[in-house]
Amino acid sequence: MHPFSYCQPRSVADACAALRADSESKLIAGGQTLLPSMRLRLIRPSQLVDLSLLEELRGLELDSGSVTIGAMMRHAEVASDLQVRRHIPALAELASMIGDRMVRNMGTLGGSVSNNDPAADYPAALQALDAQIITSLRTIRAADFFKGLFETALAADEIVVRIRFPVPRRAAYVKFRHPASRFALVGVFVADTVMGPRVAVTGAGACVFRVPEMEEALSTDFSPEAIEGIGIAADNLNSDLHASADYRAHLISVIARRAIQRARMAGG
Amino acid sequence: MAVTLRGEDMTVTIQLTVNDQDVSTVVEERTLLADLIRDHLNLRGTHRGCDTAQCGACTVHLNDEAVKSCNVLAVRAAGCRVTTIEGISRGTQLHPLQIAFRECHGLQCGFCTPGMVMSALDLLRLHPEPDETLIREQLDGNLCRCTGYENIVNAVLMAAQSLRK
Repeated sequence: MHPFSYCQPRSVADACAALRADSESKLIAGGQTLLPSMRLRLIRPSQLVDLSLLEELRGLELDSGSVTIGAMMRHAEVASDLQVRRHIPALAELASMIGDRMVRNMGTLGGSVSNNDPAADYPAALQALDAQIITSLRTIRAADFFKGLFETALAADEIVVRIRFPVPRRAAYVKFRHPASRFALVGVFVADTVMGPRVAVTGAGACVFRVPEMEEALSTDFSPEAIEGIGIAADNLNSDLHASADYRAHLISVIARRAIQRARMAGG
Repeated sequence: MAVTLRGEDMTVTIQLTVNDQDVSTVVEERTLLADLIRDHLNLRGTHRGCDTAQCGACTVHLNDEAVKSCNVLAVRAAGCRVTTIEGISRGTQLHPLQIAFRECHGLQCGFCTPGMVMSALDLLRLHPEPDETLIREQLDGNLCRCTGYENIVNAVLMAAQSLRK
């Protein structure tokens, strides 16, 4: 790995200042994507700004109708947290399906969301639950946050502090995962929310996206049958050695129906 | 007490405990935990397999949780408790999980075994009564190219039983 300088700021303001001081800086949260990318020479930051000492990014709060989770909460913590399991079990289950045990013990919510890998799991949950991303500068709606391939609305010196998830009436995440990488070939998060039904798809395109046709059909009938026959165009979907765009398009319909079925059985 | 001390030339002095021993050592900021363990502390039981966080051979415990040491910066372990495969036996007295791997023939070449054992320990801490499905699911971050996993699963089942006694 190329050498870099390293700092461990004690406040979010200091971390932002460190980013401003060196434009080639990168934040490191759990490092589960960043460190392999650096070792493979895909990126070469001059400085790593380590967020692990920032208490402001930790913890979990419950208020009427939402669960707010600190950006540095690790996947294993979200998966096993009793409040998350009670109020948004689909989110806890999603966290339990990320990567493998060792990745879940290091990887964080904020890291995953800020990286916006096209096959990451969390972006689907944020989109489907109409989550709010609270940053060092402002609050951003999930619908405005995920911009494209590894691209978000975050400014160069902006840090995700916590994420507020409104509690849905019922929800489920179903993932068709690649057996070796454990990334989603297609993952679908469906939610029945106060704002209406939501269907968010990850793994299939350059960035997480919602399927308005399915959401509209579900608004009168939240059942797998309601979206029967709603096809997904393969035009903008990923095609690689793991799956063709046509196959992914087919999977979205199948996985979405399974997720709806699961949400109906599970509640919450 | 400060557990990191920044030096010149991108080096850091860190303090941590490794297998219950206090350790103070100088590392580069880019040094990985796997390299600290193997090259600085000479604990060669932790294996570097793929070096890209895929095979799990380098799995150790950081504050009692399994992590891939090739995917954690050594500076991150400052102030933490690290346990490697050398830290789970007492002298020549093997840990029940190691005994089970031997009894069940849960290894052939042995390269993946230290990581497999450290992962399985974390699994048994959280799930003292696992079934076969859960073991296969929870060990999916550790690759073995010899055994076909069958005897590894048997070993974890046997160890779970002997640890419950």
